[in-house]
Amino acid sequence: MEIDWKSYTPVLIPNIPNLKDIDVYEKNGGYEQLKKVLKQKAHTPESLVNLVKAANIRGRGGAGFNAGLKWSFMPKPDGGTRYIAANGDESEPGTFKDRVIFERNPHLFIEGAILAGFAMTITAVYVYIRGEYRDQINMMQKAVDDAYKKGYLGKNILGSGFDLDMYVHSGAGAYICGEESSLMESLEGKRGYPRVKPPFPAQKGLWGRPTTINNIETLANVPLVVKNGSEWYTSIGAKTHPGPVLYGISGHVNRPGVYEFPTGMLITDLIDKVCMGMRGGKKVKAVIPGGSSTPPLRGDELDGVRMDADSLRTAGSMMGTAGMIIMDEDTDIVDVVWRISHFYHHESCGQCTPCREGTGFLEKTLIKIRDGHGEMRDLDLLLDLCTQMEGRTICALADAAAWPVRFAVTRFREDFEKRVKKTVYALA
Amino acid sequence: MSQTYEFTKEELAEIEKIKAKYPDKKSPVMPVLWLAQNKFGHVEPEVQQLVAKTLDIPAAHVYGVVTFYTQYYGERKGKYVLDVCTTLTCQVCGGYEILHYLEEKLGIKAGETTEDGLFSIQSVECLGACGYAPMLQITNGVYCNHLTKEKVDKIIDDLRAGKMPEYEEMPFYQHESEPFKS
Repeated sequence: MEIDWKSYTPVLIPNIPNLKDIDVYEKNGGYEQLKKVLKQKAHTPESLVNLVKAANIRGRGGAGFNAGLKWSFMPKPDGGTRYIAANGDESEPGTFKDRVIFERNPHLFIEGAILAGFAMTITAVYVYIRGEYRDQINMMQKAVDDAYKKGYLGKNILGSGFDLDMYVHSGAGAYICGEESSLMESLEGKRGYPRVKPPFPAQKGLWGRPTTINNIETLANVPLVVKNGSEWYTSIGAKTHPGPVLYGISGHVNRPGVYEFPTGMLITDLIDKVCMGMRGGKKVKAVIPGGSSTPPLRGDELDGVRMDADSLRTAGSMMGTAGMIIMDEDTDIVDVVWRISHFYHHESCGQCTPCREGTGFLEKTLIKIRDGHGEMRDLDLLLDLCTQMEGRTICALADAAAWPVRFAVTRFREDFEKRVKKTVYALA
Repeated sequence: MSQTYEFTKEELAEIEKIKAKYPDKKSPVMPVLWLAQNKFGHVEPEVQQLVAKTLDIPAAHVYGVVTFYTQYYGERKGKYVLDVCTTLTCQVCGGYEILHYLEEKLGIKAGETTEDGLFSIQSVECLGACGYAPMLQITNGVYCNHLTKEKVDKIIDDLRAGKMPEYEEMPFYQHESEPFKS
């Protein structure tokens, strides 16, 4: 499989100056898909769901679930309120891609969200953006206000009889609120404790009503699919994980930033060509492919590994949010893993014991190893702790905390062994 | 010294608008806390009481929300809160050097406030600006990217002179040049 990325032209963030202004967006074909669907009745809600399902837009927030399939889980409309919660919490370390949509093409997202709203007969969309993005929240609010003024939101949109409201909600600094049920708790004005599933959001979501949670980037793909069809979409990038994707690349590369390319890019191409190589010509020690919770890959095992769900699964990691962190040969892996553990310890909401206690225990053990007081048996202790955390909690935060530790200890064993003393058992 | 906290008529009108966005009376608590914090600079228990009274919800609920989310200041902080990101990418790109430089420069540790009440420093978790590391955020507001010691000096001088750094648009390299075609 070869990806022709060199001649790829961005479609999510096209090169059009001031595209964030609604007039410029409209002049460049913006809101045309919405008109096509609502005015010219190009789609019924069912056919729109089927189209998105066929396009196989896999959720860009990390789970990689087919968005259209998720939409089809919504029960039949009963005349009551139904919601979309658009997830722009973007708190996974290494992830900084949705902000580019807020900054450069917010109306593409809004158009996608309205189309999704029509497909699922939604009454209101809540756009949840992390509180730290104050400037981006203001940009998004302006874009929403403009869309209201032009009649793309509100009552009787484009004379179709379809009503939809959109509200921007600011978070206030909690990683866990990117988890879908926690996000709903936060929207309801509570502490962001994840909910036990079932009931799933499609049955009982926001305020007890049917709700679908989609990532910002996922929804921004929808107008492109409506415009060009599902075959066009599935022809881009990797077969089983198609479409354009925003790669957020950071760390020791010469030109870190957000880039839009098809899925299935070689990690080595992204580092060497797109980001113009490593700083100081150094070697790659480790790559975290999709945000801090995805297992790190060794720098010497990157050949042929592609950025799509299948290739990364084979390589022993995950696509996550495509927020890649590239680390050079001078990086202290033990220190990095400690910092990741510190993050999850800090962000654990404290509901489930394996997570609340486990994240702290992982951090303590890693501090001990980092500071040179660790013993060989502490490495086994780390792996044992991971086993006791994985899959034993309400949400996936415990897994997210355990995976980087587990895979760092197994894949970078020599770095850990160098830091610990031999365990000596004294016999009395 | 006790101060009474109140919302003005305009702010109460704004709160009514916020309430209209949500179907129940508990849900607007986060935006209203934001409004209160932007006005008073913190959400100490007295302000939480005001928010609870305004929304007609228990103060204990407001307290629970304030203590869950790190961006709400349950106690007073300096006029400028310098949130230095030290997570992962920022860590490997020199976030801690920036943090320690600031600590030395201002003579306080992370989590503390200068005596004149002007600056607080905090070491915070990922702020979603990994491509622009190391970075810091000033009082839940503007992001300062690609920090160096010189840049930090300038930020502190500017803030002392009452000048807030401006929003900086970060580049999207694909639009600027096409060097990967070579």
